[in-house]
Amino acid sequence: MPAQSGTRLRRPGIWTIRSPLSRRQYWLFAALGLLVPLALWWGASSVAGVDKVFLPGPADVYRRLVSWFAEDELMSDVWISIYRVTMGFVLSAVIALPLALMIGTFRPVQALLEPLTDFIRYMPAVAFIPLVMLWVGIDESSKIAIIFIGTFFQMVLMMAEDVRRVPLAQIEAAQTMGADIGETVKLVIFQAAKPALLDTLRVTMGWAWTYLVVAELVAANSGLGYSILKAQRFLQTDKIFVGIILIGLIGLVMDQLFRLAHRKAFPWLYLR
Amino acid sequence: MPTKIAIQHVGKVFGEGRHTVEALRDVSLDIADNEFVTFVGASGCGKSTLLRILGGLEYHTAGEVRVDGEPVLGPGADRAMVFQHYSLYPWLTVMENIKFSRRLKHGRESLTEADVEAASGRADALLALMGLTPAAHAWPNQLSGGMQQRVAIARALMGRPKVLLMDEPFGALDAQTREVMHDLILHVHRLEKSTVAFVTHDVEEAIYLGQRVVLMAPRPGRIDTVYEVPLPANREQDMKHTPEFLRLKKEILGRIRETSGMKTDRDMLDQLNSQGTAS
Repeated sequence: MPAQSGTRLRRPGIWTIRSPLSRRQYWLFAALGLLVPLALWWGASSVAGVDKVFLPGPADVYRRLVSWFAEDELMSDVWISIYRVTMGFVLSAVIALPLALMIGTFRPVQALLEPLTDFIRYMPAVAFIPLVMLWVGIDESSKIAIIFIGTFFQMVLMMAEDVRRVPLAQIEAAQTMGADIGETVKLVIFQAAKPALLDTLRVTMGWAWTYLVVAELVAANSGLGYSILKAQRFLQTDKIFVGIILIGLIGLVMDQLFRLAHRKAFPWLYLR
Repeated sequence: MPTKIAIQHVGKVFGEGRHTVEALRDVSLDIADNEFVTFVGASGCGKSTLLRILGGLEYHTAGEVRVDGEPVLGPGADRAMVFQHYSLYPWLTVMENIKFSRRLKHGRESLTEADVEAASGRADALLALMGLTPAAHAWPNQLSGGMQQRVAIARALMGRPKVLLMDEPFGALDAQTREVMHDLILHVHRLEKSTVAFVTHDVEEAIYLGQRVVLMAPRPGRIDTVYEVPLPANREQDMKHTPEFLRLKKEILGRIRETSGMKTDRDMLDQLNSQGTAS
């Protein structure tokens, strides 16, 4: 409808249900969501009488970050933690993917493995620490094993669900074009599930990071999780803050990388 | 005309034990080579189940289905199926979707260079036939519903199936697009000389497309009446207004109502009212 001169064109506001946001508005709100907690933190920590051990301020945390970086090999802690999480995560993904394809495709495999996985995934990963130390030892592989245990079972179930959600019509169309079982799995089911699978990887990557501190409980002497635990012993609250914030930032970066990969790999989902 | 599809005393029971539903009982029908047969009937009459049995996507629990004398034991490239929606591969372009069957083993077996060339020519020809040439490199979700169904039909035709099975392929399209698709599919049928079994809930569509209209009745699903369509082979939209067309449409609609056993709104309201007074 053409706007008549004189009448004001009524534009739906941003508080209409599911109204779109412009790019600038999006970033404005995102920045607000990060800056407000920061300001609150700063305000709370600068109230007179608040002990720095109880709540260090942003400036204290920044100073600790710099000194950790300069004197205490922050980067090697960061890298060893990234290494452990990535290895546990990749190992989990490599095993989960074929299993999920089988579970999502063949009912007998589903019946065989799904109840078992459901059973195991409720077991707390922390409780496996003594067993992991007994069976795997106390070197790097034990930390990777804990992250694997925390990630794998959830990952398989979510991936199997992704596979199951492939539309039946896509599968049946291939069958009536003469595709055998192997071809249907490889050329249709896997291809159709790929975008959802990558999304599941993105989400479970976050879970893998949450198991870092648990994993570095196992006879570690380096890493972000280990540093947080050690700082607790010496009441270095500012160092705990640095560790937690760094883990958050690394997670944020990885999440964005996954999103970027999703856009690059599946462009047909991002038309317009 | 030789028989292409022979359906003999086919029955289908879903489920097992006490929770069984009889979807089809004693269905027999011969479909001739190059014939276009449409199936209509009230919901639950088993028309889609019958089509899926022809496609080998569902197993019949009684009787026999033969295509060219060979019993149907599972899905195969000789019986291509077009679904109502969600059957295209969104990660492939229109052209890649149409050529999908070339990625499969059975399509590559005993293939000479000339075959490959012919196939590529066929894909181009199908694109042109469907009016899809400008969209060859688009992704399916860039296309309208009507265009997407053209791709699905072209893809099904690519492997030169003996039989084309269509399960309400135009059910999700708007009325105008549907008319265009009707004339297109009739044109395709004349050119490709394939045998078509077409399921629809739209009686007008069934008459306009079909040489015969098979009316099925529910509970259990069975063939009720087979109507010969008294229209010339080359259909035109204007024929939808001829007396013979309208008479047949009225007859079929009436028969569907009779066989459906479904209550009218009036009956439903009466039932609700009586329940209200009883309690």
